[in-house]
Amino acid sequence: MNPFTYERSAEIESAVTVIARSHSAKFLAGGTNLVDLMKNGVEKPDCLVDINRLALSKIEWLPDGGLRLGALARNADTANHPLVRKNYPLLSRAILSGASPQLRNLATNGGNLLQRTRCPYFMDAGSPQCNKRVPGSGCGALEGFHRTHAIFGANDKCVATHPSDMCVALAALDAMIRVRGPQGERAIPIAEFHRLPGDTPEIDTNLRKDELILSIDLPQSPYAEHSCYLKVRDRASYEFALISAAVALDMRGQTIHNARIALGGVSHKPWRCPEAETILLQQEVSASMFERAAATALAHAQPLKQNAFKVELARRAIVHALNNAGGLA
Amino acid sequence: MSIIGAPLTRVDGKLKVTGQAKYSAEFKPKNLAYAVIVQSTISAGRILVMDTAQAERAPGVITIMRPGKTPRLSQPEDRLSLLQDNEVHYNRQPIAVVVAGSSEQAHYAESLIRVRYEPSTPKLDFMAGFPSSYPGSHTGIPGDLSFGDVDGGLRQAEVKIDQIYTTPIQHHNPMEPHATIAEWDNGQLTVHDASQHISGVQESLAKAFGVSKDKVHVISWFVGGGFGCKGQVWSHVVLAAMAAKQANRPVKLVLERPQMFGPVGARPQTHQRVTLGATRDGKLTAIRHEVHAHTSEIEDYLESSAFPTRVMYSCPNVSTTHRLVPLNLGTPTYMRAPGVATGTYAVEVAMDELAYQLKMDPLELRLLNYTDIDPHSKIPFTEKNLKECYKRGAESFGWSKRNHEPRSMHDGPLLIGWGMATETYPGKNMPAKALVRIQPNGRVLVISGTQEIGTGMYTIMTQVAADVLGVSPESIEAKLGDTAYPEAPISAGSMSTASVGPAVQQAALAAREKLIQLALTDRQSSVYAEKKETIELKDGRIFSNSAAAKGEALSALLSRNQNQSIEGTADVKPQLDPKTSSCHSFGAVFAEVSVDPSLCIVRTRRIVAVFDVGKIMNEKLARSQFIGGIVWGTSLALFEDSYVDSRNGRIMNANLADYLVPVNADIGEIDVSAIDVPDLQLDSLGARGIGEIGITGTGAAIANAVFHATGKRVRDLPITVEKLL
Repeated sequence: MNPFTYERSAEIESAVTVIARSHSAKFLAGGTNLVDLMKNGVEKPDCLVDINRLALSKIEWLPDGGLRLGALARNADTANHPLVRKNYPLLSRAILSGASPQLRNLATNGGNLLQRTRCPYFMDAGSPQCNKRVPGSGCGALEGFHRTHAIFGANDKCVATHPSDMCVALAALDAMIRVRGPQGERAIPIAEFHRLPGDTPEIDTNLRKDELILSIDLPQSPYAEHSCYLKVRDRASYEFALISAAVALDMRGQTIHNARIALGGVSHKPWRCPEAETILLQQEVSASMFERAAATALAHAQPLKQNAFKVELARRAIVHALNNAGGLA
Repeated sequence: MSIIGAPLTRVDGKLKVTGQAKYSAEFKPKNLAYAVIVQSTISAGRILVMDTAQAERAPGVITIMRPGKTPRLSQPEDRLSLLQDNEVHYNRQPIAVVVAGSSEQAHYAESLIRVRYEPSTPKLDFMAGFPSSYPGSHTGIPGDLSFGDVDGGLRQAEVKIDQIYTTPIQHHNPMEPHATIAEWDNGQLTVHDASQHISGVQESLAKAFGVSKDKVHVISWFVGGGFGCKGQVWSHVVLAAMAAKQANRPVKLVLERPQMFGPVGARPQTHQRVTLGATRDGKLTAIRHEVHAHTSEIEDYLESSAFPTRVMYSCPNVSTTHRLVPLNLGTPTYMRAPGVATGTYAVEVAMDELAYQLKMDPLELRLLNYTDIDPHSKIPFTEKNLKECYKRGAESFGWSKRNHEPRSMHDGPLLIGWGMATETYPGKNMPAKALVRIQPNGRVLVISGTQEIGTGMYTIMTQVAADVLGVSPESIEAKLGDTAYPEAPISAGSMSTASVGPAVQQAALAAREKLIQLALTDRQSSVYAEKKETIELKDGRIFSNSAAAKGEALSALLSRNQNQSIEGTADVKPQLDPKTSSCHSFGAVFAEVSVDPSLCIVRTRRIVAVFDVGKIMNEKLARSQFIGGIVWGTSLALFEDSYVDSRNGRIMNANLADYLVPVNADIGEIDVSAIDVPDLQLDSLGARGIGEIGITGTGAAIANAVFHATGKRVRDLPITVEKLL
């Protein structure tokens, strides 16, 4: 681990000011990902700004009927909050399927959004190649281990996936990420929060370096009754998704009024499947409709050698989750 | 009830759960410095330049050892990486050691070292190495052995199975990583080392530094799991002692988790071709088992996968061969049931395939080919109760309710599969010494230079001494893990109880004899001049069974006699004659899995196993060992797989998040039991050892259950989703 300075902020404003002072300063919240990466020699911030004392831990109703999740609310507290469980069970289940109880007790909502990829070439400072870790060094996974890597939106610079479960549910729920920078507040739709690798795989999100996440705002949801988060992984717990599917149906009787489908473990960001959602609109719930939607969702997948199975697995996961959410399972 | 066999709670349990048991990294000699190993990032080539200038200037740095700047050793072992040259043979090879005032300072300095290599093309393609592979041996036993006429047997066969089974590289991950503290004092070296073999460490260090063995003192009171990787001496042990010499201070060197994926052993990958021939009614006519396993460029270690094939079934024609394929990877080594875990997977899946071809129940096929004699040497087994294992296991599992057809059993939407396999592991022991001292206060010391690697050695030693001396376990203190104690063998190969147990028993008998002599000749003793054969020791008292009430406490006898201690020692050699008896443990394992037919997620739901391992010394410890073995067998079947980057030979999942072992949620119900018939031919206690057998067969039982559930035969471990889609 590199030497660094440590500061603690008690006010949002001072936190934002302090972080702006140094190019490589980082906010420290739960630290469950950042501290690991510092120990690995992957992250080398010269300053940590501890924000755990900021008043950003509340979970509360918004005037428009949505729900605000404080950036510093712990993952466990968020998942188990009665309002989240009742109105956004998809999110609750997604969070609870990730990590371990110990990690969820410490990890924050804001930190979860900023989780970095688990690609082993990124995590291992002793590996020669990773464009995300050392821009320009090449992608180690492309011709190496990529069984768990992306099948959508990747390129030859980076085939890493975003590891979060929470974010997949947030993508399905159209969450807004409220942030504060030196110029004031702005809100970033979840779909635009994470980036595809493009030519700058070292940049994970559109959050600016001097911006602080304040909250995740969920719009009022008609999906509480018909949703499913399905996670397929190599072992039963404490393991990232090979594939995860977050699906939510707004049903009027047997008719699908609105549908949301998002995949995890398939791309550099949570992957929404809008064409597949459109297929389901105003349709009666049926197994064959679900099969069609799933096939559409995967139509443009671009797997690599070792992860070709993920295309079929993702298709089946969507069908499984839709059957479940739609009451057919 | 006898104290031997009783489910006595481990005597060191309280120390362990309260953190008072001192493990090797937990000692803190005065002026301790901290060492960090620098590891290579290529797998073949040489170091051109190592720039340590910046690191030398980093805060707290005491010294940096690197090729050309390191103590010269008198006899460095070629198999180790001791910075004596610039060559690199595998990725994560130790190439330098940083010593600093704190662990953090050492780590930071390590990150400042820049290395330039001249890489050469590494050998990393396992299959490509087959044409230049060569034979080898395992613990001195030749890898190639045949009997009968296999080609003839195959020609005779009406039914044949000829398949290839592969198993991946696995890395040991004991909770406690390797750790060494070394300190020199006036030419005397003291080492705290997490080791399965302290006298081996002593010998190796003495040789490396050219000093006599009595100049090296090795201490290892508790080991947080070894599973084979702490059996041999690896580079870091010698490097720690070298660093202590160069720094002129005591030095602590603890490997970090990722550092364990290379320089401290692994289970090699195997490629096993198994050919079975049988008659239409299921009698085996031939078995051919051809194994390729990788080793390193610097040392041969043979994974002896075909060894179990030599003893499992009645078959007149058997051929077993092994070939070593050297690669630019760290040297592989013994891992729980070395050879047997991987070999029983291949053979027992092949047997299942044969059963399906014959349309015969897999258990019936095994009973049909049952053997009471060693099929190779044709000599009888010391004790074999495998038939009883099959019977009890099948009953307890409910095997008779199995529908033989694949994909025929369900639980709701899930496919259910039932599979079984035979388990086996050799019964062995080695020379061991022990000392038993009855102290004037009646308390007893039991001492042997063996190791406690989590198996319960302190408890077994206590039980054996308590049994002989008729004292309570609470009045006994067992001591081990110190080369100052009477020498005992490596804690490996399921041998410790059958080696150290009899030594403790003999030492306790010798002490008992002396004690009785003392009492019989002590005029003030209540048993004075009694007949020797009437004397009994029980509940800490000595008495004659002709007048039990008249006895006295051992402490009373000893304090009256100049407060003397009574000591017994023993040096016990193996008693079994391998020419007349073949000694092996056996067992039967039955597994139930569920498979989601669409998502192909496999879960083990329950496993029943019955073992024939000789005398069970402690029912509680035995259960833990069996369960641990079965959990690891599950891991072999479904999870573990060290991924080697084919370009630079680096293990890419070198951490416990990415190197998958099962979590609790992956393990269903496990029901283990033992036949508990003593094998008195092997040793005086009748115990054959239980550490390894649980992992054997389990991988095959699960693989067979997956086939039964899905109709899909996976011959390449681990069985992951994509192999079933």
